[in-house]
Amino acid sequence: MSLRIEEHPILTFKKGKKVTFTLDGKKMEGFEGEPIAAALHAAGIRLLRHSPHKNRARGFFCAIGRCSSCMMEVNGVVNTMTCITPLAAGMEVKTQKGHGAIEP
Amino acid sequence: MSRHTEIFVVGGGPAGLSAAIVAAELGGKVLLVDDNSKLGGQLIKQTHRFFGSSARDAGIRGISIADKLCEDVQAHKKNLQVLLDTSAVGFYGDGEAGILSPDRYEKVTYERVVVGTGAVENSLNFENNDLPGIYGAGAVQTLMNVHGIRPGQKILMIGSGNIGLIVSYQLLQAGVQVVGVVEAMPTIGGYLVHASKIRRLGVPIMTGHTIVRALGTDGVTGALLCRLDDKYQRIPNTEFEVACDCICLAVGLSPLIDLFQQAKCKMVFVPELGGLVPLHDGNMRTTNPRVYVAGDASGIEEATTAILGGRIAGARAYESIHGPSAAAQKIVDDANLELKSLRAGSTGDRIRWGRERLSQEIAAC
Repeated sequence: MSLRIEEHPILTFKKGKKVTFTLDGKKMEGFEGEPIAAALHAAGIRLLRHSPHKNRARGFFCAIGRCSSCMMEVNGVVNTMTCITPLAAGMEVKTQKGHGAIEP
Repeated sequence: MSRHTEIFVVGGGPAGLSAAIVAAELGGKVLLVDDNSKLGGQLIKQTHRFFGSSARDAGIRGISIADKLCEDVQAHKKNLQVLLDTSAVGFYGDGEAGILSPDRYEKVTYERVVVGTGAVENSLNFENNDLPGIYGAGAVQTLMNVHGIRPGQKILMIGSGNIGLIVSYQLLQAGVQVVGVVEAMPTIGGYLVHASKIRRLGVPIMTGHTIVRALGTDGVTGALLCRLDDKYQRIPNTEFEVACDCICLAVGLSPLIDLFQQAKCKMVFVPELGGLVPLHDGNMRTTNPRVYVAGDASGIEEATTAILGGRIAGARAYESIHGPSAAAQKIVDDANLELKSLRAGSTGDRIRWGRERLSQEIAAC
C-alpha cells in the first residue's frame, strides 16, 4: 500500500505538479512544493543523514523546522532542513554524512 | 533595511493571530511575522472538533478555526501587516529585533512585542530513540494531515494524553493500523471520550507499560515493551516485542522560550505549565515591560486558551501605548470569564495550580 493518502473522511489534498529530482544520483518523483522530506518519505526513504559522532541513521523528527534532525545536502547546500524546504524540479538531494563538507 | 511598528507580534498561530487581530481592531499598528508559508500555526493540522465553550469554537475543527482567524486578519489588513516565511531570530537592545526572510535580513523596532512562539515536542529517553521512523505527534499530524502522507503502515503510539489519543484516531482515519498506545501511568491520561473512540476500533491502551528500546538499524521495525510497577520501575521478565514500522511520541511539549531569555525576561520553572516559562501577570506582561506572552509559550494548554490569552495580550499591549480603552477592557473581561470556565473542574486542576504559582511569584517580585 502506498503511503500517499488517496481518500480521507475529512480532508482533501491539493498537490503541486509531479516533478523529478535525484537522491544520491538516483531519479525520484514527488510533488512540487511539498517538503523534500515528505516526498522522500512517500517514496519509502526515511534515512536522511548519518550522525556526526556515531554515524547513526537519522530521519526527521519534528517536521516543522525546529529540531534539525532532517538536514541533508540540497543543490550543494549542506545542513538544509528538508522537512520545511519545498521540493522543486531537478533538485539534487544527497544523504548527509556528519556535518557535511563545504567545497573550499 | 529597517521597519518600525507599534506592536510587533511573533508567531502566526492561534495566540499570535488573536493578539494581532485585537490590537489592529482597537487601532494599533501591527506587524506579525511567522516562519511558515501559511498562517494558523499548529491549527492547520488539527482535524478534530474542539471542546470548550460554545461561545468560542466548541464543535469546530481546528482547521476551520485557522481559516476563521485568517479571514479576520484580512479584514484588518489596514492596520495589520503580515510577513510569512520570516523568523524573528533575535532580540537586541531595547525594542529591537532581527527578522530573517528568504531573501533578506531586516531590523524591526517596536513599542511592544507579543511573543507567541508556541512549543516544541518532547522526546523520551529509551534505547535507539533516534532511529528513522520515530516521530513526534505533531510531525505525524503534519505529514498526514497537511501533506497527505501516512507516517507508516503500522504505528505504535507512546503516551495516552489527549494528543496521543486524538492522533491515534486521526491515524485510523488515514488508514494506518495503530498497534497500541503505551502509557507509563496506571490510568489513561486524556479524556475518556477520546480513549473510548479508539478502544471501540480495537486499539489496545497499555497502561503501566513503557518502551524499553526501538528495534531496527536503519529504521524502526518494532519495539520492545515492558510492564512498570507502581513506582514506575521496570518489572523483570515482562518484556515483549511488538512489530511496527513507526513509533509516535506524544509525551508532552515544552514552551519555546529563547526570545524571552534574549529579552532578559525573568523565567520560572513551573512543571504544571510544561517547564520554563517567562514570568507574567494576568495581563500577559512579562518582567520586561515591552514584552508580552501568549499561547503555549506562556504554559502548555490548547488552542482555545491560546486564543483567549492572545486577545488579552493584544488588548493590554495596545492600552500600554495608547492609554486605557473601554473596548480593550471589555475584550479582557470577556476573555477572562471564558478562561475561568475553560479551566474549571478537575481537568483544569494542574493549569490552575501552575497559574497560581505564577501569580504568587509575580506578587513577590
